Amino acid sequence: MAKVKSWIEPHPGGIYVKPADLWIDPSRPVGRAAVTHGHADHARSGHGSVFATPETLAIMALRYGVDAGASHNQAFVYGDGFERGGVRFSFHPAGHVLGSAQILMEYAGERIVVTGDYKRRADPTCAPFEVVPCDIFVTEATFGLPVFRHPPTEGEIAKLIGAVRAEPDRSVLVGAYALGKAQRVIAELRGAGWDAPIYIHGALEKMCELYAAHGVDLGELRLVSDTDKAGMAGQIVLAPPSALGDRWSRRLPDPVTAMASGWMRVRQRARQRMVELPLVISDHADWDELTSTIGEVNPKESWITHGSEDGLLRWCELTQHKARALHLVGRDLEEEA
Amino acid sequence: MRRFAALIDRLIYTRSRNSKLALIVDYLRHTPDPDRGWAIAALTESLDFPAVKAGTVRALLATRVDEELFRLSRHFVGDTAETAALLWPGAPGKEADVSVSEAVDALAATSRSDAPAVVASLLDRLDADGRYALLKLALGGMRVGVSARLAKQAFAQAFDVAIDDVEELWHAIAPPYAPLFAWGEGRAERPDLADVAFFRPFMLAHPLEGEGVDLSDYAAEWKWDGIRVQIVRGGSETRIYSRGGEEIGGAFPELVAAFDQDAVIDGELLVRGEVQGGEAASFNALQQRLGRKTVSKKMLADYPAFVRVYDLLAVDGDDLRGLPWTERRRQLEAFVPRLADSHFDLSQVIDAADFDDLAERRAGARDAAIEGVMLKRRDAPYVAGRRAGLWYKWKRDPLTADCVMMYAQRGNGRRASFYSDYTFGCWSETGELLPVGKAYSGFTDDELKWLDKFVRDNTLNRFGPVREVEKSLVLEVAFDSIHSSKRHKSGLAMRFPRISRIRRDKPAEEADRIATLQAMVT
Repeated sequence: MAKVKSWIEPHPGGIYVKPADLWIDPSRPVGRAAVTHGHADHARSGHGSVFATPETLAIMALRYGVDAGASHNQAFVYGDGFERGGVRFSFHPAGHVLGSAQILMEYAGERIVVTGDYKRRADPTCAPFEVVPCDIFVTEATFGLPVFRHPPTEGEIAKLIGAVRAEPDRSVLVGAYALGKAQRVIAELRGAGWDAPIYIHGALEKMCELYAAHGVDLGELRLVSDTDKAGMAGQIVLAPPSALGDRWSRRLPDPVTAMASGWMRVRQRARQRMVELPLVISDHADWDELTSTIGEVNPKESWITHGSEDGLLRWCELTQHKARALHLVGRDLEEEA
Repeated sequence: MRRFAALIDRLIYTRSRNSKLALIVDYLRHTPDPDRGWAIAALTESLDFPAVKAGTVRALLATRVDEELFRLSRHFVGDTAETAALLWPGAPGKEADVSVSEAVDALAATSRSDAPAVVASLLDRLDADGRYALLKLALGGMRVGVSARLAKQAFAQAFDVAIDDVEELWHAIAPPYAPLFAWGEGRAERPDLADVAFFRPFMLAHPLEGEGVDLSDYAAEWKWDGIRVQIVRGGSETRIYSRGGEEIGGAFPELVAAFDQDAVIDGELLVRGEVQGGEAASFNALQQRLGRKTVSKKMLADYPAFVRVYDLLAVDGDDLRGLPWTERRRQLEAFVPRLADSHFDLSQVIDAADFDDLAERRAGARDAAIEGVMLKRRDAPYVAGRRAGLWYKWKRDPLTADCVMMYAQRGNGRRASFYSDYTFGCWSETGELLPVGKAYSGFTDDELKWLDKFVRDNTLNRFGPVREVEKSLVLEVAFDSIHSSKRHKSGLAMRFPRISRIRRDKPAEEADRIATLQAMVT
């Protein structure tokens, strides 16, 4: 069996797979990149070749104009993969957003999984996380503190619907990250029986169309810019978090400001964002998911990439799981959590 | 606890005063006794459980959660009660519930040694939001922006009763206020306060604007630079109330002891000294005596307190508040000699020939550090609150405004470690606090230390070097002039603003309104 350190190198700017001369989720343009999912802190523009799921490539095409069909980029469905420099790469569902994948690498009898970002609970917009046995488990730790326990999503969605019904003269404006969170909130609302049109900020339009084109039913969406103010009373409006306090929101009828994020678990965080209705809905694993996943995968060693590494490291120490922190740079923890 | 926890959560995220009011009104109407009474007492920080402290909770957590994980979490969350509520290993979906009154009874009955076990058994039965509510209930520091005044208004609105009645009764009845709710809901008579030293809502003044008044209609008195107090003897006890109805007798035992007549007076609490016309010390000296639970002999000797009596509200069982000022004044002059002159004297009526003469005397009194002049309508009864045309305050120059501290920023150089630059605001018509200026001078070094501690203890948010604070501290700001400005949301800009006084005695909602400042614009 090859020594791990001889073929894979964690760098602040990403994980380098030496025999394949390939980077995973690099933060700067490289010749060859395998990308776990489409969020900007994992998928950057300017790489020579990109290896990713078809959905992730489509998202990158939408965001950066990456040519998904170009021969130097390669798409792999879940379970599928490629070989390069003796390393076998394959993509497995991570349950984070549409197309998100864990990347499994096998080399000289050794298995390494890079999760990218992931979650374990159900999400109607993407395939569920699969446990992939491995020797080294490279995990995220966005919510790597035991204070982060996301409540059941249905309860948060019920809260949102309750808030709209309670004040029919106002709209409820939900801040939700444009890729993943927004579509998930919409799909969860549909699942809860909210059949009315949902109003969206222009910045969400293209991504919602992309999801719909990939078979995620979002129901009827309308653009805020096409609707008069009175028409949005008693309705749900979605916008990127940055638009919440923006002048843009003045076109809504006295909006109740909501935000869908795992950070909403902490009251002062929610207050800081001037949020009136915090919705604890996250696309990242909470503490229990992070710890139980390490337990299930039961790797020889866990590498913790970004987030509250200290908390998860401490848990690994207490439960005698070997672990180390990688200190990757450029991960955007605030907006899309 | 679920309803109470939900109420707290809504209050935390609700910024408008009217919306907070509506939430409390709804809660009071739809929650049974005694839970609602305990809840409202908790919101207004009127409960104290000496056996349960933050240290108790930290020690308790250490028995269930790894200390390092608690430390990391506490650092991230920034609040012990919230960290503990989130970390406590619960049984999601299996929580029962604990009523507020059950929790209060358990916390009140426990001893310091039993407290951890009692708190643990309560936490075990609650979900995360319930645990947060319980710990805030037990430890205080609720920080949901509910003052006693707001609570009283909510009560009045919930049961459609007069706010003046609520003000009187509130301080006479202890939590959970069962007789008050019974009266509010029409199930019982108004509670009888015959043998209780109850609080009478203060009569307040409008600022004098525009033309003067005719002194044949108005009597003039000096406005002394201390704090307004009401001293009440009822039954066998004497109480001293501040403007907001807070009982402050504990800080002034010599006055409590000296007030031995069956009466209710309204006056200015002062400390003897040289500044104010040679009769009273500066407000700063008085501040040495405020907010103390016990008073040393040295404090009593160094800062001897006395009351300059303005009005007589009741004497020998008779309520005088319905009488015109002239008649109350006659009785007051007859009454004051019954009090020890070591601690009580009579506020003199200024013997001015006409308004111009008064203006001249006021101008002359400026150096004597008198706050200004009060004008009281001679035929007016003593009524609660501010009524148009009855009382005016005519403050000396410079212009001052009572503002609420909103943000604080660290200073430079010598003051680098102090939050010494303060942004303060006044109330808009819609009840929103809008910044009106920023000041970083006017206070003594000791006051700066106090302000810095206030900022640190009351931080809501951090934005780099700036902290947003709980909107509870009134700062009297002096300024040379005030102008319209497009640069500020309030539309106002002050010239040379400085902190002239820290008004710990004044409730934030009684700070000045934007409209008042607009009237000063030149």
